[in-house]
Amino acid sequence: MQKIIYVSSLIFLSGICFISFVIASGQEFPVSPPPLTEGMFPCSNCHASMETNRKKRELKEEHSQIKLHHAETMRWCLDCHETRNRDKLRLYNGELIKFIESYRLCGECHGPQYRDWRAGIHGKRTGHFTGGKRTYLLCAHCHDPHEPKFKPIKPEPPPFPPAVKKHEK
Amino acid sequence: MKNKQYTRREFIRNLSLTTLAGLSLPILSSCAKEEVEDLLQKHFHEMTKKEKKQVIANLEKRYLQKYGQRFQISTQEAVPDTLWGYGLELSRCVGCRRCVYACVKENNNSRRDPQLHWIRVLRLKRGNLINLENSEHYYDPKIVPEKGFIYLPVQCQQCQNPPCVKVCPVHATWQEPDGIVVVDYNWCIGCRYCMAACPYKGRVFNWAEPNIPKEEVNPSVHYLGNRPRMKCAVDKCTFCIQRVRSGRYPACVEACPTGTRKFGNLLDPNSEIRYIIDRKRVFRLKEDLNTDPKFYYFFEA
Repeated sequence: MQKIIYVSSLIFLSGICFISFVIASGQEFPVSPPPLTEGMFPCSNCHASMETNRKKRELKEEHSQIKLHHAETMRWCLDCHETRNRDKLRLYNGELIKFIESYRLCGECHGPQYRDWRAGIHGKRTGHFTGGKRTYLLCAHCHDPHEPKFKPIKPEPPPFPPAVKKHEK
Repeated sequence: MKNKQYTRREFIRNLSLTTLAGLSLPILSSCAKEEVEDLLQKHFHEMTKKEKKQVIANLEKRYLQKYGQRFQISTQEAVPDTLWGYGLELSRCVGCRRCVYACVKENNNSRRDPQLHWIRVLRLKRGNLINLENSEHYYDPKIVPEKGFIYLPVQCQQCQNPPCVKVCPVHATWQEPDGIVVVDYNWCIGCRYCMAACPYKGRVFNWAEPNIPKEEVNPSVHYLGNRPRMKCAVDKCTFCIQRVRSGRYPACVEACPTGTRKFGNLLDPNSEIRYIIDRKRVFRLKEDLNTDPKFYYFFEA
């Protein structure tokens, strides 16, 4: 009897260890690939040979389409993009993360949204909700990280109003 | 009161009679089929599995002739321990109607003459949410969201106490064990009592033979859901019964560009819909009518 309890508790503990490992590894979300601009990645193709200019300035030669409207008074490129390795993003604690994990960077400021996103409430999931593959969209799929406000879109046409009958004309 | 004294003989006799009665119940129910058939006098009989299969095969053949596509008609029954619930975040909906047209496409709705939409997106003045009578659903601006308005998509609310089911004179509509209210389109006589009874305008009527372009037909259908309907049948949102019973999100959830729409099993404490109910400010439409909808609107708390 004692043996059974011992074995079952061992299985239970190893189960907990496995689950916590999965959670701690940070890669628990089946996200779709990040929406990088075509032909831009890897960034190090250009940046590896370039000198780092930390000055806040208007970008004229490259990345001129980027308009920073995301707490721009207190932020500049290198607050999120890593200086030495441009193919990575940088968390506050100095940890470097891939673009596909960018939700961790967003979550550093937007805590409640990050909490809801992990639960599947903020943002969008597609596919199977049980028993199959499901895909999460990254924050950056809907919010341009440089200008995160959701852009207005064109609506689909309204339904046809009820037909006017001949005798009413 | 004087207690009645049982003799040993009486006690055994009573006990054995009770046991016999109890045992005979299942025996009675097992021969109930013949009794039922006696009662119905061969006017009706319960369909066997083989006959059901035959009906589905015939239907698939007819659809192949009509639409030129091989249909897969599912008759999948409700998954045990499920009760589907829907969440819709009002602070996020921009009123773009993507859901409306994704639904039409998924569910083989008639495109025009008659045009049938299962989702109606209402536009209301901001701060005027209670006043549904002043809503507008023919709004057509260049871009959405418009300033000073909010959008309230309404579809079948899958009431747990559905008034539409109560009024049907021929029992052509009922609630499935997983909470979805469905219609048997063949059994429906087109009296439209259910449409009058529904306080959410959740049902629509095929005034004419449905009009679906052959190349846009969705051949993956459910018998009680999105199979092509016929003239004079009432139809309605089924939470995409053909999708959710195999674990997929409904079409409107997948189409929404803002992630407004959420879906899940109300009986599963880890589901998305339970997270919303537990942590967000939710309300249901016209709760005072005691319809007990399973469609939860919510706000960012």
